[in-house]
Amino acid sequence: MFRSHLLWLIVGWIGWALAPWYGFASSRSRPLLGDWPPSGLLAGLDDAPWLLPLGLFLALPIPFVLTRSRHVGAALIAAGIGGLVWMMAQGSAIGLRGWSWPFLANLFGPLAHGQAGMGFGAAATALAFLFFLTLGLAARGAMKGDRFTTGAIGFLIASIALFVFWPVSTVFSQAMLPDDGLSGPMALAHRLTARDIWSLGCVFGDTRCGVVWNSVVLGTLCGVITTVLGLAFALVATRTKFPYQRLLRLLSVLPIITPPFVIGLAVILLFGRNGTVTLFLADNFGLTATRWIYGLPGILLTQSLAFTPIAFLVLIGVVQGIAPSMEEAAQTLRAGRWQTFRRVTWPLMRPGLANAFLVGFIESLADFGNPLVMGGGYEVLSTKIFYAVVGAQNDPGRAAALGIVLLALCVGAFLVQHRWVGTASYTTVGGKGFAGTPAELPVWLKRAVYATALPWAAFTFLLYGLILYGGFVENWGRNNAFTLRHYITDFGLEWGKHGLVWTGRAWNSLFTTLEVSAVAAPLTAAMGLLTAYLLVRQRFAGRAAFEFMTMLSFAIPGTVIGVAYILAFNQPPVELTGTAAILVVCFVFRNMPVAIRAGVASMSQLDRNLDECALTLGANSAQTIRRVILPLLRPAIVAALVYSFVRAITSVSAVIFLVSARHDMATSYIVGRVEIGDFGLAIAYSSVLVVLMGLAIIVIQWAVGERRIARPTSHTPTARPREVAA
Amino acid sequence: MSLATRRTALAATALFALAMGSATAKAEELVVYCGVQEEWCQAMMNAFTKETGIQVAMTRKSAGETYAQVKAEGSNPKGDVWWGGTGDAFLQAAEDGLLVEYKSPKLSELHPWAQRQAADAQYRAVGIYAGGLGFAVNTEVLAKKNVKEPACWADLVKPEFKGEIQIANPNSSGTAYATLATLVQIFGENPAFDFMKKMHGNVSQYTKSGAAPAVAAARGETAIGIVFMHDGVTQGVNGFPVKVIAPCEGTGYEVGSMGIIKGGPNPETAKKFYEFALTPKAQETADKSKSYQVQANVATPLSPHAPRLEKVKLIDYDFKKFGSAAERKRLLARWDNEIGSLR
Repeated sequence: MFRSHLLWLIVGWIGWALAPWYGFASSRSRPLLGDWPPSGLLAGLDDAPWLLPLGLFLALPIPFVLTRSRHVGAALIAAGIGGLVWMMAQGSAIGLRGWSWPFLANLFGPLAHGQAGMGFGAAATALAFLFFLTLGLAARGAMKGDRFTTGAIGFLIASIALFVFWPVSTVFSQAMLPDDGLSGPMALAHRLTARDIWSLGCVFGDTRCGVVWNSVVLGTLCGVITTVLGLAFALVATRTKFPYQRLLRLLSVLPIITPPFVIGLAVILLFGRNGTVTLFLADNFGLTATRWIYGLPGILLTQSLAFTPIAFLVLIGVVQGIAPSMEEAAQTLRAGRWQTFRRVTWPLMRPGLANAFLVGFIESLADFGNPLVMGGGYEVLSTKIFYAVVGAQNDPGRAAALGIVLLALCVGAFLVQHRWVGTASYTTVGGKGFAGTPAELPVWLKRAVYATALPWAAFTFLLYGLILYGGFVENWGRNNAFTLRHYITDFGLEWGKHGLVWTGRAWNSLFTTLEVSAVAAPLTAAMGLLTAYLLVRQRFAGRAAFEFMTMLSFAIPGTVIGVAYILAFNQPPVELTGTAAILVVCFVFRNMPVAIRAGVASMSQLDRNLDECALTLGANSAQTIRRVILPLLRPAIVAALVYSFVRAITSVSAVIFLVSARHDMATSYIVGRVEIGDFGLAIAYSSVLVVLMGLAIIVIQWAVGERRIARPTSHTPTARPREVAA
Repeated sequence: MSLATRRTALAATALFALAMGSATAKAEELVVYCGVQEEWCQAMMNAFTKETGIQVAMTRKSAGETYAQVKAEGSNPKGDVWWGGTGDAFLQAAEDGLLVEYKSPKLSELHPWAQRQAADAQYRAVGIYAGGLGFAVNTEVLAKKNVKEPACWADLVKPEFKGEIQIANPNSSGTAYATLATLVQIFGENPAFDFMKKMHGNVSQYTKSGAAPAVAAARGETAIGIVFMHDGVTQGVNGFPVKVIAPCEGTGYEVGSMGIIKGGPNPETAKKFYEFALTPKAQETADKSKSYQVQANVATPLSPHAPRLEKVKLIDYDFKKFGSAAERKRLLARWDNEIGSLR
């Protein structure tokens, strides 16, 4: 008998027999104090007899576990599968108003009443059944009998199936909706081959090009530019003696903590036809003011500003992790600085570069705020999808078809990246003591890196100065008198009769935003890194499919995800709309892929010997992760936490559909202000968010700590080997 | 501080913050989806709470977004009232049976266009405000170019306005679709499309959102934006050199609407809100929050800034025909083929 068997038996019984079975925060059945909602057992005895058989499945493994029977594995598997299937069957067959499908009513007679969505009790019971299954499989020898690994795989697959696969397939099935007399498959084919998606008119004719080509060009350029810039920053930060490295790191992170639209606004106010820079050039050099910024140049500029930091976050872990010993070995063998870089450092950075490009490409494709503000006549898939759902056309079938195209593009990029990285070994962090310092960059490369990173940093700095300034003036660009008006409207506080009154209009959404993001970030990081661990370290059937599924929600634009979540989670068995939970869940599964990418990139560098050492010394895989791998993954942890926290605060498109009256988010408020051109309030709110997110990043760094890889920076060699595992 | 202590401290703070957060959650009794500018939404909800003591939970979304959400939530609605937003979306929702049929005793106090909207929607929605289409013109830009401002639709094809016009894309924006329908009703379908093809040479950009051309005109990014006139007025009041012009051939208009969502959690409270929203007292909140649409109740005083609809030549806009899904789809497809695909 294992403790874990007993633990999940207890959880299952508590979930079924004691905890409230129904509803998280359904507006209909809010649990009141003194009116404690019934558990599965009580409801089953009362008026929901279909919940009673679950007790059988919970009871089945008990004798086997207690007697330590040889057949405990089989018993657990049977109970797990039986319980899960029964839960799903009753959940989908009996909805709010009785039977979900008429034929059931004909078969069994009508029901007096239906049932609400599942709640905490049901969730605990379902988890218990899931882990019965994985524990049973482990007992039968799956994954070398490792209970933690099987459990983790089972949990991740189940949650991805529930929160990614199910909603996404719900919405994509809409692409098959019959249309204009076309049958389902014909309508799908018709939608997928529409001229405005694929046309090459801009090359061969005088019409516009299809939206796919626009998106591909934009995504590729954006991926390349952000990767190059990110690499330049990463090299400056780690491989040069640049005196203001800390400032540089801060600057490079600023754009990702900026709410959407704000960068676009600043760029328009600088480079628009009436922008400061444009007017200056027009007045002094006689150039004609044009609208060149609207369209591809503007989107590319703002996206590069926005996504370079993500490339930087992915790459810095990789560049830091490259063992100097290899470079030193190359130099001992008489390689020059350039040769060392070309033959050793560069190839070792390949997984990092590929991941950074992939993230940049996909981010660009899925980005929605920047094309909206800067796009001009340049149409991309993400905005087209958004307006297919909410625009005057209102054609969800078309949106779904465009979503499929977008998804296919992202999958294509993913496959190309996979091929490029290949199967070579990128391990550089081993258990052996390190010697050597990082190789200096070749002189001209160093110059090139400076020449790329510093102007970009200066430009970013200028934009932020302007944005900050914009919050304090009456009307940016027209009336530059100093005012605190915008801040007072957003964040006013008054001392009323009953104490402090939060009169500012932004308080409500600010608190919700911070709360939801703070809950989502650690969950995202944990799930993402766990997935990365499984992908890099474990071999199991269907691993590639599993990896692909984790990328799914990231590659699909937020709008589609938003609608998918409403369609899937607005009614029992899983009813989440209108709660904060749906926002948290959406953020976790949307941002998890970045945590996975950061984890995979960093983890490919860690020598397997480290794990094997720990395992040989008697640690199990959970202990190995905690004591060996996690401390070495600190940059990835920071990246994952920061990214998920920040993205939860700044994302717009999915959120627009999921916010509810009680759980409004900061971005929907900002969008409203931008729409009517009230830039002052939007910028004031954004500035406050930037400051808060900056503080949060400092707190995250402080709490996670730095990765300490033994490198001869000090002269106490005996202390170092221990630190690796400390 | 060691890492372990740091994390404990952090976890404790987080727990405390969560506890504080959940303690401040209030009981709510009405859920409203609001489709006008945020400031007006807030003012309206505050006015209702002041009047009745009922707490309102409100979300602000554009009409298209709200329609998509109400439709997706159809089998288990979460909202009670949908207040504000362009009338087309309401007609569609009414057609889909997502709204409750309800005849307010106050109907007779409303302007005829508001009553007609109710009739068109089989009393599943009612008009609450109206606004005409027009041009938002940046006077500084035109003065600099030394060009006379346009007075009619026909002026928009003049060569001096090359690259100076912005209008939204009718595929994404209800405003632009209303413009398209208006032109078809004024000129007839084929001449209207010829006109738009000619105007295409002057259009610098088809924006995504309907009010964006007004913002662009205010900032001098374009000289002329084709928008709802009240959106232009807001920019003028905000201190930009924007003048609002009603076209001489006549113009179309929108009727912002309101409806009760079928199967919402608080149907009785929803009716209270519905009745309140039709009173002059409620409709006065618009002017105070810089929204200059004409209000539906005849007794509501007209804002000094609002464009005088009686001085504008309004066409007899056929909401029923041009709001129907089939006609909309046909016109949009034609626009896409003949204008949207041009370079």
